[in-house]
Amino acid sequence: MKLDPVARYARSHEWARQDGNEIVCGITDHAQESLSDVVYVELPEVGDTFDKEDTFGVVESVKAASDLYIPVGGEISAVNEALEDTPELVNQDPYGKGWMVRLRPSDPAEFDDLMDGAAYEAFVAEES
Amino acid sequence: MPYVPHSDEDRKTMLAAIGVRSVEELFEDIPAHVRFPELNLPPALSEMEVRWELEMLAGADFTTADGPCFLGAGAYHHFVPAVVDAFLRRGEFYTAYTPYQPEISQGTLQAIFEYQTMICALTGMEASNASHYDGATATAEAVITAINVHRLKRRKVVVSPYVHPEYRAVVRTYTQGMGLTVVGDENSGSAVLTDLLDDETACLIVQYPDFLGRIEDLGPLAEAAHAVGALLVVVADPIALGLLKSPGQFGADVVVGDGQGMGAGLNFGGPYLGFFATRMEYVRKMAGRLVGQTVDTEGQRGFVLTLSTREQHIRREKATSNICTNQGLVALAAAIYMATLGRCGMRRVAELCYHKAHYARQRIGAINGFSVVDEADDGRTPVRYIRPFFKEFVVHCPRPVKEINDYLLHEWEIIGGYDLGRDYPHLQGHMLLCVTEMNPREEIDMLVEALEEVAS
Repeated sequence: MKLDPVARYARSHEWARQDGNEIVCGITDHAQESLSDVVYVELPEVGDTFDKEDTFGVVESVKAASDLYIPVGGEISAVNEALEDTPELVNQDPYGKGWMVRLRPSDPAEFDDLMDGAAYEAFVAEES
Repeated sequence: MPYVPHSDEDRKTMLAAIGVRSVEELFEDIPAHVRFPELNLPPALSEMEVRWELEMLAGADFTTADGPCFLGAGAYHHFVPAVVDAFLRRGEFYTAYTPYQPEISQGTLQAIFEYQTMICALTGMEASNASHYDGATATAEAVITAINVHRLKRRKVVVSPYVHPEYRAVVRTYTQGMGLTVVGDENSGSAVLTDLLDDETACLIVQYPDFLGRIEDLGPLAEAAHAVGALLVVVADPIALGLLKSPGQFGADVVVGDGQGMGAGLNFGGPYLGFFATRMEYVRKMAGRLVGQTVDTEGQRGFVLTLSTREQHIRREKATSNICTNQGLVALAAAIYMATLGRCGMRRVAELCYHKAHYARQRIGAINGFSVVDEADDGRTPVRYIRPFFKEFVVHCPRPVKEINDYLLHEWEIIGGYDLGRDYPHLQGHMLLCVTEMNPREEIDMLVEALEEVAS
């Protein structure tokens, strides 16, 4: 399982990373591996606002369709439009080109509440 | 497999397992006087006697087999070629309830795929599902699709008053609890539909031809809907689409309707067929089953259910719809009908309807007391204008519609038209007549003669 050393992690297998005043989110390497081939990602619209752990989209693979939960609440400032035509980026590069949304956090402290890489790794090991 | 589900031995075992001595004891909690009620039924009849009795009861009905029919209003008397039933009644098609396992159901899946393909060709759409119960439920599902396309952010639906009244009622019933506002059809449509469109509107629903048989240019409606980001939902008569420009060519986003006219017959009101087609960009928000074409590991063409992730067995409460049942057999009838007639045959049927209806309207309009072209009596809603129409048209009658229909049925053995006063207060005294390829000229002339008698 790959991890992004500077990202934080949610129990629902999304990651969040600080980028200036904004937060970038996606799903973890473990999540993409469990889902197998991602065929469709439904993302919110720029300007939508979410509270922490709200559903912000759906990721659909050949095996299942799963809701996406926002790890940090805020207003969406950008979505990864490349996923519309190339959803496989989520599998190929979950922490990079497979990012999903960028947002302006309403409460930056929510980021600090997320697990760090080591804690997430332990969480996954416990879950499996 | 035995037809008796439980033997005495089975019962004993089950009773013992729950610690009850007898079936009577099992039902002891039910008050004695309702426990084994005596039904007030006549003595049992033999099979032969039951058949006689039912035949006698059926004989009391006056059906389309007994005389000319000029009633439409959503259920249409069209010809059903014998080949439809011949294929439909094959055991391979009508025995299975959910025949979707690709390993054993290639025939059914291919038939559904072909149905979808032909529905797309007819409607000018890119994706069709495997069908719904009827036109009304398909229309309601179109509303839900439009709401989902807008991610539940728009909750307003604008509907033309000349969408079938029962479809509008079903839309309201079906979507209650979703917090929708359905507007546009109040007061028989005193408002201009396009004025009601705004950035809260999920979709605009119109019918083509409309409930009064009129053909409207859908282009400006599509433009107006799209200008506010709403979808245009068109409820269409598939028979009319054999002749008319398809809703897809006008820019419609969802095309639904009842496919009963294509091979299903009237069948005393059901089962009918809801068809539903849309553009590829909305396919993930579409309800219902969808069959796709693929290749197997040996490269051979095959058919499977596709995009099932929208459906309730995977998405649970977040599914696009919680009704995935389709009218498989009636959809198959429609597929056989469309394939048998082909593009030219579909056009020919539509032309026959069109020309016969125009002949009938012209003859009836010439009868003293009946009128077909004036403005409506209230001077507000133009009803009897010379807008293009297809197989149905409105006639203003000199006497109450019910009275005329009774006279036609009892004196002439003719099934008359639909009483529009039932649904539209301003159309009291107006009859909606329907003429199809099933009405030879002699029948139309007979109707004219009968109406002349009514007027005199």
